[in-house]
Amino acid sequence: MPTVELESRSADETEAIAARLAPGLRPGDVVLVSGELGAGKTTFVRGACRALGITGRVTSPTFTIGHRYGGRVDVSHLDLYRFRGLSPAEWGDLEPYFQDAIVFVEWPEAGIHALPEPRARIRLVHLSGDVRLVSVDSDDRALLEEAGGAGPGLRHGD
Amino acid sequence: MSTLILGIETSCDETAAAVVEADGVVQSSVVSSQADLHARYGGVVPEIASRRHLELVAPVVRAALEDAGVALDDVDRVGVTQGPGLVGALLVGLSAAKAIAWARGLPLVPVDHLRGHVATLYLAPDPLDPPFTCLLASGGHTLLLSVREREGYEVLGSTLDDAAGEAFDKGARLLGLGYPGGAEIDRLARDGDPEAYSFPVARVAGLDLSFSGLKTALLHAVRGLTETDLAARRADLAASYQRAIVRALAGRLRAAVERTGHETVAVVGGVAANSELRAALPDARFAPLELCTDNAAMIASAARFARAVEPPGYLALDAYPSAPL
Repeated sequence: MPTVELESRSADETEAIAARLAPGLRPGDVVLVSGELGAGKTTFVRGACRALGITGRVTSPTFTIGHRYGGRVDVSHLDLYRFRGLSPAEWGDLEPYFQDAIVFVEWPEAGIHALPEPRARIRLVHLSGDVRLVSVDSDDRALLEEAGGAGPGLRHGD
Repeated sequence: MSTLILGIETSCDETAAAVVEADGVVQSSVVSSQADLHARYGGVVPEIASRRHLELVAPVVRAALEDAGVALDDVDRVGVTQGPGLVGALLVGLSAAKAIAWARGLPLVPVDHLRGHVATLYLAPDPLDPPFTCLLASGGHTLLLSVREREGYEVLGSTLDDAAGEAFDKGARLLGLGYPGGAEIDRLARDGDPEAYSFPVARVAGLDLSFSGLKTALLHAVRGLTETDLAARRADLAASYQRAIVRALAGRLRAAVERTGHETVAVVGGVAANSELRAALPDARFAPLELCTDNAAMIASAARFARAVEPPGYLALDAYPSAPL
């Protein structure tokens, strides 16, 4: 799958990358956001939400499992951190969050076989200090171009 | 006999039911994770899903009635969590409550889960009188509240990213500790030096809080250590990390008191069980330990101060997923 890799040096830069990607998303699109603790997953989702016109709090849904925010479009913010897998019953609980909303899923690994095919996959990796590598995978090259922008940290891969 | 309220809570992980008198006396409080329901009713606990609530809600309600020594005929109203929470999970409790209330012709009281936590303070034997300044800190929520009346509160500030309970839990994971993380860090911190590490607590505007940066600081500290060094420093890390969270919470609470002028201070939610937070706020009123985490006694208590809906009006009630801000 085509990939764009970017370096982020701060939470603001992570939000900015997400904000460039977000306008290309439509209700029904799913974006998986992976990365270890503290990598900036919730920060990424917050940046996307701001760009989609959501002004309220965008907080970690680790314990609540799902948030749904209303903006120019609805955005669902899910977190499978506490899941070990995703059974049909568990998927049944999450499915309403996928209706008429752009969906971001943090810690998607537990649900990888049960979740809908994503429009994009984001991976956040700690480099040194506060620097993160943000990888965006998508079959949609236009979406990748948007996410890549003209940032100095841009690295193209395939 | 005094008016009896049956409370039902299914907003997150716990399936809970309780019987509370109108004057705030708790007659019973059953929480699925605590009760030995498997032995009593042969229940199974398969997953994080509404199906688990569905299997547990009837046995938990039965156990609450049994423990209170009452029958459904003795119940005068039903209080139930309407939100915030996972909608599928909430609907299990809400549907059960509607069914019970409808079958008996009882009024139903939809209750906000967060107001429920605060209503823990209104239970007997020593109900707290507003006004007071309140910290609500749990795995999913962290709020500072000005409480002027039992019917509601004003939100003064809240977390911008992670909840305090989540910060404890993820910190425990970074330190290789077990679950629940808050209790593990609390226990280990007693053997550690809370000043060994200086973890930054983000300064954010107003009365809001942020714990995301603290988590990352712990991550950096842990990554710099070998496995052997981590084993040697784990207690110091836990103590220092806990100190940072407690300082942030206590500091914000003091700032909130300055804002509200309500000198009486209260702490509710799962993080209220933390021993260092309790020690840091010696004059604060804390929820009783067994009622810090999610339970239904707090929901029944909140139902004493919320509007009851008569049949059939409540049949149309729907669950709501998010806390209004």
